[in-house]
Amino acid sequence: MNAPEGNKHNHLSCFHCGLDVPSGSQYFTTIDGQPRQMCCPGCQAVAQVIADGGLENYYKHRTNEASSPEALSVTEQLKAEFELYNHASVQKHFVSELADGSKQATLVIEGITCAACVWLLEHHISSLEGVQLASVNLTNHRARVQWDDEQIKLSDIFLAMHSIGYQGHPYHPDKEEQLLEQETKRAMRRLGIAGVFTMQIMMLAVALYTGANGSLESNYENFIRWASLVLATPVVFYAARPFFQAAYRDLRTRHLTMDLPVSIAIGGAYTASIWATITASGEVYYDSVSMFTFFLLIGRFLEMKARHRTGKAGNALLNLLPASAILCTPDGEQIVAANELQQGDRILVKPGHTIPADGDIVQGSSSIDESALTGEYLPLTKREGDSVVGGTINVENPIHLTVTQVGASSQLSSIVRLLERAHEEKPKVARLADKVSGYFVSAVLIIAATVGLYWWQVDPGHAFWVTLSVLVVTCPCALSLATPTALTAATGTLRQHGLLITRGHVLESLAKATHIVFDKTGTLTEGNLSLQNTQTLAELTEQQCLEIAAALEAHSEHPIARAFHRASHATSIVPAEQLTNHVGQGLEGYINGQRFFIGKPQFASQYCDTPLDFNHAPDDQCQWLLLASETEPLAWFGLSDPARKQAAQVVQQLKRMGLEVQMLTGDSSAAVGHIAHQLKIDKVISGVSPAEKLQHIQQLQDDGAQLIMVGDGINDIPVLAGAQTSIAMGSATDLAKTNADAVLISGELMRLPQALKLARRTRANIRQNLSWALFYNLIALPLAAAGMIAPWMAAIGMSISSLVVVGNALRLTKLGRTDQVE
Amino acid sequence: MSIIYLLIPIAIILASIAIWGFFWSVNSGQLDDLESPAHSILYDDDEDLIPDEAKIHKPAHTPTDKPQ
Repeated sequence: MNAPEGNKHNHLSCFHCGLDVPSGSQYFTTIDGQPRQMCCPGCQAVAQVIADGGLENYYKHRTNEASSPEALSVTEQLKAEFELYNHASVQKHFVSELADGSKQATLVIEGITCAACVWLLEHHISSLEGVQLASVNLTNHRARVQWDDEQIKLSDIFLAMHSIGYQGHPYHPDKEEQLLEQETKRAMRRLGIAGVFTMQIMMLAVALYTGANGSLESNYENFIRWASLVLATPVVFYAARPFFQAAYRDLRTRHLTMDLPVSIAIGGAYTASIWATITASGEVYYDSVSMFTFFLLIGRFLEMKARHRTGKAGNALLNLLPASAILCTPDGEQIVAANELQQGDRILVKPGHTIPADGDIVQGSSSIDESALTGEYLPLTKREGDSVVGGTINVENPIHLTVTQVGASSQLSSIVRLLERAHEEKPKVARLADKVSGYFVSAVLIIAATVGLYWWQVDPGHAFWVTLSVLVVTCPCALSLATPTALTAATGTLRQHGLLITRGHVLESLAKATHIVFDKTGTLTEGNLSLQNTQTLAELTEQQCLEIAAALEAHSEHPIARAFHRASHATSIVPAEQLTNHVGQGLEGYINGQRFFIGKPQFASQYCDTPLDFNHAPDDQCQWLLLASETEPLAWFGLSDPARKQAAQVVQQLKRMGLEVQMLTGDSSAAVGHIAHQLKIDKVISGVSPAEKLQHIQQLQDDGAQLIMVGDGINDIPVLAGAQTSIAMGSATDLAKTNADAVLISGELMRLPQALKLARRTRANIRQNLSWALFYNLIALPLAAAGMIAPWMAAIGMSISSLVVVGNALRLTKLGRTDQVE
Repeated sequence: MSIIYLLIPIAIILASIAIWGFFWSVNSGQLDDLESPAHSILYDDDEDLIPDEAKIHKPAHTPTDKPQ
């Protein structure tokens, strides 16, 4: 493959995943006859598979860039892991056998970003021999796969997905997931009923309106009214049911929301229309009732869709635990399904595998990657007798465990319980529209009663109809549309700019925020170690030292080793010979017959003339590793987790917007102070557990702070759930994303100040809308009270006032010039 | 005009049939994915079916010069 000349340009982005291509990168894939630059061997391999499969159209049609695949060097290990899925005991939980002997399974797929991914996956998987059907759902990221077990194994299907950059997991539907599905279907059925019958009723209403001057004979008019009644009944009783239920709940909790006036309007107008139909007098309002219901249902449906969008991985927590475990019995090792493990079982966890349950190490020592739980990227060293947590990853050596906790009593489950508690204690955000509606409802009811009383004394025959027209005219159509339209417009705009909003209150609480709290690792920083600094101590050049280090670290999957893999751009690293891993200390190995050490200074320099320790390290801003030969130290390597590029600028902007910026982290190392200094964050709380984090933000909220929490790891989930407004990073675990109020899809922190500005503009817009709606009602009310408004006038007035509200809200579909941040 | 005594009930019955059909499609999972079908018609995976002389643009590469 020949490289074009432009590869020295800075800030080239990877053709596959869109990340910056490191300078001097040599990864290319030919797509559509053009060599395209890739950022890493992972992207290169994936792009190559896509190109070889003739699926290059994917690049033409996608609307989002692919997620960057993890390095593909682990295929052997991965293969072994995927092969576990072929065991009958593991398969029995998610695979069903069809009548013709083929098998079918539903899988959850990570890494789907847009419709082109669906196309790519479907084409790639169906082209495998033995696969009979592959259909992928973009909304919930699930794939239904049907295959012939004699021609292809399930592990091959997982591998095929992996080769184009997606991660598959078996799908176990949980209860909540099924409820969500039912909710969606019910909402759709309601929308269908309201839509179809509203159209019919409107048709009949045209006849009634045009015949209002007396040209329609009364027997026809009555018939049309009865027909409308038949059509409107399911709309009121089935489609509008959620409004009535919510209003009933509001009444019981004495907390008025928009649902009450909506219910009064729908219920009142419907009842009055029935009365008018039976007595063949007065006016009917079936058209207004059903149209109003339909409009509101559309708004609710869109809001619900946005809310469900992030909660799609379903068994997000289970995905952290592996599907199978290796059980050590007196008869030898056997593979069992992980959820069949019992307390006291002895299990073997191989390096690279996820630990299936909480346990104590009884044999072996290794380093354990707890990043999924704690957010810390550096593995901890664990020896015999130490306890390990299910869901964490064994990095270096095989270990034997006795299982101590399974299921609900495991640590992972306890985090979930913390999460549930946090949800319950989450402060309710008083929504502007709800506050207004509280006053509005009381005002309308009082006025209607007064008007009714007045007319009862003046002209009892008119009293009922005038009172009703007051209720209908003040029907809070524009009022109840004021907030949802503005929110929908702003939510759509933010989504295009990389911030996905999943709960209704977010925009309002963003606008009100006074404090913003960031997690450190993975949020303000990139979340992985990279080589920052190299200082040579002997005659070897920087590049030579780097090559030696890379050769020593070639086989390791330790985050430190990965930093070296990335830093040495050589396409193929020749691993050192006789590699020995000293857990928690470092590595040694032979290159060209010479013995080298890399690791902690004391370990690496043990055979040198002068042993070194950390006090000799150049500074304390990074974590320093020493490379040494048998006789002398060769080089210092400084590793650290760098702050995200725009982080400093973002913090500065947020401060300028009047927010207090804080950093809350479980990390207690020197790096915390360094990052805080670099980003100019004054208030830092470090070394805290998830429970303490939650306590801290609850304290702040009790003191009246309007808080935004930005985080990513599993350990942040309780805080995310407990914070008034929470934003998860796009790279966060699914569980974190599901529990956050918003997701920063692109991971670009710059979107935060933008979003805050748009949120403030949205708040202004909602206020304008509410004022307009109240103004309209103020004009219409006296006219209705005077008995001067016919139903068709009310209908037109209602439509126009609604259109004004919608038009105003549409202004939010563009980020204004002031919102753009350079 | 008395035809409306027949036509309106027919309209109501037709609307009910439409609703029944809609319910059936929702319940059988046809509307589970509202996003990807909208995109899928745009994918030009019929490239191989178009005769070469009928193509407006010549293909950038033929299958023979695929990357190694």
